[in-house]
Amino acid sequence: MASVTFKVWRGDIDGGEFKNYKTDISEGMVVLDALFQIQADAANDLAIRWNCKAGKCGSCSAEVNGYPRLMCMTRMSSLPQDKPIKIEPMKSFPVIKDLVCDVSWNYEAKRRIKKFKPRKPDAADGTWRMQQEDVDRVQEFRKCIECFLCQDVCHVLREHHLHEHFIGPSLLVYTAALEMHPLDVEDRTEDLRKHQGIGYCNITKCCTNVCPEHITITDNAIIPLKERLVDKFYDPLKKILNLFSGKS
Amino acid sequence: MAYTDTLQRSSFGQTERQDSWWIQPLAIFLGFSAFIIYSTWAAFQGDNYHFGPYLSPFYSPEIFGGSSHSLFGPKPGWWPLWLPFSPAFLILWVPVGFRLTCYYYRGAYYKAFWGDPPACAVGEPRKKYRGEASFPLIIQNIHRYFLYLALMLIIFLTYDVWNALWFVDPATGQKSFGLGIGTFVLAANVILLSCYTLGCHSLRHLVGGFTDKFSGSPVRLKTYQCVSCLNKRHMFWAWMSLFVVGFSDIYIRLCAMGIWTDWRIL
Ligand code: SF4
Ligand code: SF4
Ligand code: FES
Ligand code: FES
Repeated sequence: MASVTFKVWRGDIDGGEFKNYKTDISEGMVVLDALFQIQADAANDLAIRWNCKAGKCGSCSAEVNGYPRLMCMTRMSSLPQDKPIKIEPMKSFPVIKDLVCDVSWNYEAKRRIKKFKPRKPDAADGTWRMQQEDVDRVQEFRKCIECFLCQDVCHVLREHHLHEHFIGPSLLVYTAALEMHPLDVEDRTEDLRKHQGIGYCNITKCCTNVCPEHITITDNAIIPLKERLVDKFYDPLKKILNLFSGKS
Repeated sequence: MAYTDTLQRSSFGQTERQDSWWIQPLAIFLGFSAFIIYSTWAAFQGDNYHFGPYLSPFYSPEIFGGSSHSLFGPKPGWWPLWLPFSPAFLILWVPVGFRLTCYYYRGAYYKAFWGDPPACAVGEPRKKYRGEASFPLIIQNIHRYFLYLALMLIIFLTYDVWNALWFVDPATGQKSFGLGIGTFVLAANVILLSCYTLGCHSLRHLVGGFTDKFSGSPVRLKTYQCVSCLNKRHMFWAWMSLFVVGFSDIYIRLCAMGIWTDWRIL
């Protein structure tokens, strides 16, 4: 059993600092286990948000040695243990206490995205028919667990705090799932350009790199949406073709 | 208090990351810089760009120029005297524009050359940020037009490989079938360039990404799947094709200068 030092950020919205804690690590432990031990032994008031401990609820997001991760899915054996391990709350959201952030902005921004609007039912009983090849593409997006690690790493939110103008990769994944849904007839391109700021994304793929569900956020959600915007707003040839074919 | 009021901004290079995050942007910076310097130098040379049946891809198609590959004869009379001339100037803007507006390269050079961000979760040099939402970077949306031109270039480069199979006998002046190392270099170039170009995000959109319905269109679905398959490794093809296109020019240049010998297999 090895004794490892953790530097855990302690504080609230008014500020805080790193505090050192030592705890024993045994085989198979994840970062969240170690923090539970610290909580039990040395810091009863340490605030941590968690729920499933299985990488599925998306609650235990934090920064481990400066990189956004799910604490319940980060094995201690994957971290260098000769130096203190730094644990901090996510940087793109205001802190409530210790490792717990106020992520409410994500839900509010999500509410402003136009809802699913299916075409008229295919059958008289009010149901629809879909083919597997038509839903294949959006299935990847449905894996999102709303951990917001991608929002945390995205520099548009993290460094430039453009929350008012940009919905972030997680919600672009959500929008892509709706926009590419075979039954959906809503058009979200105007909103993506004007209010949800897809143009702020400079395709640096940091969101893709941190996604614990391995969703190919940039290549499969954001760039295809950007291309749909080019069709609608930036391609003069397409505009002329649309004019002739009667599309707006 | 606004939601973002208490959020902190990192200073340039500031991060808690403990890995060597700077290696990747540095490697990209050095790789791109080396290519830009070499290709600019090679384009300005205006000679040693052809050897035997080979034509350097930096100069292909040779619209006007002094070699036997030229489509419309030598340097045109209307070319201003004060403007330096090289056949490469007439064509190199196509692959340059294509790569400059490529989604992969954009993400890579924004990081390596602009520090926007230098690496993921690392502080940036500038506070102001406009991304691709407004001028000038909104122009990147032109990418699909460069794609159309790049697809045409592939046809010319394939034709160059065909030409690279026919060697002129200096004694008789007869053309005969042959294979030189240069033929393989030019063939590798066109294959890698095709893997890069045919995996383009804009092409992926144009062949199927624009629609939500694939059922009932098996050809569209198959094409979309093929482009997606290449697209998955777009970064790999981007680098491989960049390396080989540069090497093709170096190979032909050194052969033309008499420094390297083009070994014939057939
Ligand atoms: S690719 Fe776009 S959305 Fe993802 S982290 Fe980079 S800027 Fe943010
Ligand atoms: S896209 Fe991935 S990283 Fe982003 S919230 Fe969903 S699961 Fe988390
Ligand atoms: S506790 Fe549920 S994802 Fe970590
Ligand atoms: S996206 Fe890279 S070539 Fe088009």
